[in-house]
Amino acid sequence: MSIFVDENTKVIYQGLTGSQGRYYGLLNREYGTQVVAGTNPKKAGTEVDGIPIYANVAEAVAATGATASCIFIPAPGVLGAVIEAAEGGVEFIVAITEGVPAHDEAWFYNKLRRDFPKVQLLGPNCPGIISPGKCNIGITAGHIAKEGGPVGIVSRSGTLTYQALYELKQKDIGVTTCVGIGGDPVPGTSFIDCLRAFEADPDTKAVMMIGEIGGSAEEEAADFIKNHMSKPVSSYIAGVTAPPGKKMGHAGAIVSGGKGTAQAKMDALADAGVRVGMNPTEAGDLMAEIVAEL
Amino acid sequence: MDLFEYQGKQFFAQFGMPVSAGEVAFTVDEAVAAAERVGTPAMVKAQVHTGGRGKAGGVKFAATVDDVRKHAGNILGLDIRGHVVKRVLIEKASDIAEEYYASFTLDRSAKKHLGMLSAEGGVEIETVAEQNPDAIAKIWIDPVDGLTEEAATAWVEAAKLNPDATDGAVKIMMQLYTAYTEGDADLVEINPLIFTPDKRVHVLDAKVTLDGNSEYRHADYAQYDETQPRDEREEAAHAKGLQYVGLDGTVGVIANGAGLAMSTVDVVNQVGGAAANFLDIGGGANADVMSGALEVINNDPAVKSIFINIFGGITRGDEVANGIIEAMSRVDIDSPIVIRLDGTNADEGREILRPYLSDVLQMEDTMLDAARCSVELAGQGDNK
Repeated sequence: MSIFVDENTKVIYQGLTGSQGRYYGLLNREYGTQVVAGTNPKKAGTEVDGIPIYANVAEAVAATGATASCIFIPAPGVLGAVIEAAEGGVEFIVAITEGVPAHDEAWFYNKLRRDFPKVQLLGPNCPGIISPGKCNIGITAGHIAKEGGPVGIVSRSGTLTYQALYELKQKDIGVTTCVGIGGDPVPGTSFIDCLRAFEADPDTKAVMMIGEIGGSAEEEAADFIKNHMSKPVSSYIAGVTAPPGKKMGHAGAIVSGGKGTAQAKMDALADAGVRVGMNPTEAGDLMAEIVAEL
Repeated sequence: MDLFEYQGKQFFAQFGMPVSAGEVAFTVDEAVAAAERVGTPAMVKAQVHTGGRGKAGGVKFAATVDDVRKHAGNILGLDIRGHVVKRVLIEKASDIAEEYYASFTLDRSAKKHLGMLSAEGGVEIETVAEQNPDAIAKIWIDPVDGLTEEAATAWVEAAKLNPDATDGAVKIMMQLYTAYTEGDADLVEINPLIFTPDKRVHVLDAKVTLDGNSEYRHADYAQYDETQPRDEREEAAHAKGLQYVGLDGTVGVIANGAGLAMSTVDVVNQVGGAAANFLDIGGGANADVMSGALEVINNDPAVKSIFINIFGGITRGDEVANGIIEAMSRVDIDSPIVIRLDGTNADEGREILRPYLSDVLQMEDTMLDAARCSVELAGQGDNK
């Protein structure tokens, strides 16, 4: 099994007619994802390489029965796109777009919680989600992941996620689902959302968690692992040597007021029984050890 | 984006908040002229992007214009925690009866806005939080609802300010919240917010951090972007649109992806070296971006070796390798380069690079080996 998305997931691409949306939408379809529709109010009735374009998400859902959407809309339009998707009736929204203002993110996060409690938003500023062999929504190169299991991955960083998928594949270890939750201050899906789903998924036997400096999501995850998880976890945290007060590429990757340091996160995770690697390779090796012990 | 105090006050004034009359000055003569317009007694305040300026002698009371001349002369050029003072704020002095603290920021954990108000102002809020946490009244605000006057009043009352300050404080908290949300701020902080002997609530300091992601809807934010504290290297990188942070070491780092770039800096450190910078060139890693990155790093005199760490995802290793070769032909590079290329089509990429390998262009298969090699080349390795 997998979490959040699988071979039956039908996906709408908001922004399929744009250059990024088209590029990744078609790559995702090639991977095997059911890319059933795109949206663009000005191009309704046209198509992109055989994929029909609808005026909005509601019409696309009515016509295709899609349950997920993927947003490749420029940052100023993301708030509107997320609400359009929720109102249109999809249950899972993946927002790839980088550079969304934090106030917009805080607003639509709380709006969804209140008015659309069943909707799960992933991102923004994330690489997306892949259940290898079944469904790939976003910008991950599908072939670097080995399908199957027993490992689930959740990560705040794109390239470190790819690195993890690739290292596990080199070791012939499969992945049920890999979720990139993104590097922004208010991610729609948290580490805990993913850990809970992996804990409930019978095919996932172990979880690899990749965090970075900033905020306290890793500490909260550690608390969850300690109290609610039976499955083993390995982890890596980027940014041990990051100077305080500087945003390290991601909007959310900042140590401020002495809070959000990598060391505090690693300590919390180790305290929760997580095997913490000092670099991505070591975290991969630790996961291989865990898998060998299963 | 961090604002200077005077910028923060101008920003607050746009939302109707009461701030003191003041002018920014870059020279002693300008400071004197400003004082003549603003009037004395006045405060001379160093404008720097760091705290602790009072203790460092960066804030002085001037009873007369002559005092302004003397203090401005001392403060301009002063080094405060590594920040050299280039501008001072000349501001009309205020009488103070009580000092409070007020701020709004995003609580990433609660995913709501957090307001903090305290009757114990004028000191660092972290100190208050540690020694007397009950002295801070907190309010969590759902962004969809916003801050109502009713909630603001209850919050202000909970902070136990002088009862005569309640109305003024509520009004300023409402304005501060509007400044925070409409202004797309990461942080707005007033410390101290003062209560005067004639019973007015007044903004005496301003600390504002704006969300760079919101620049597209605030045309006036370009002025703040220009005054960000950047060293020469960061300025050059910023002009090229690169995600760069200057560090103190000798190994120049180029990586694709923020996480991988952070991780690369960490690994250089783990093997006994120190990175000269953090630099994320994004997913594409094409020749244009790569040559821009190499130029910035090459111009850093501290750099003794360069570590290029690329993981090919959708961008294939062979494309990356060609990009690196082309970039190297465009930039005349002074330091030896170590490349680690992995991921999609890594083998093809390595084959493309192989004919170019030499003492000054080396290739390693793993991140750790490449880190060790670049640290050795920088002459600081422990040769483990």
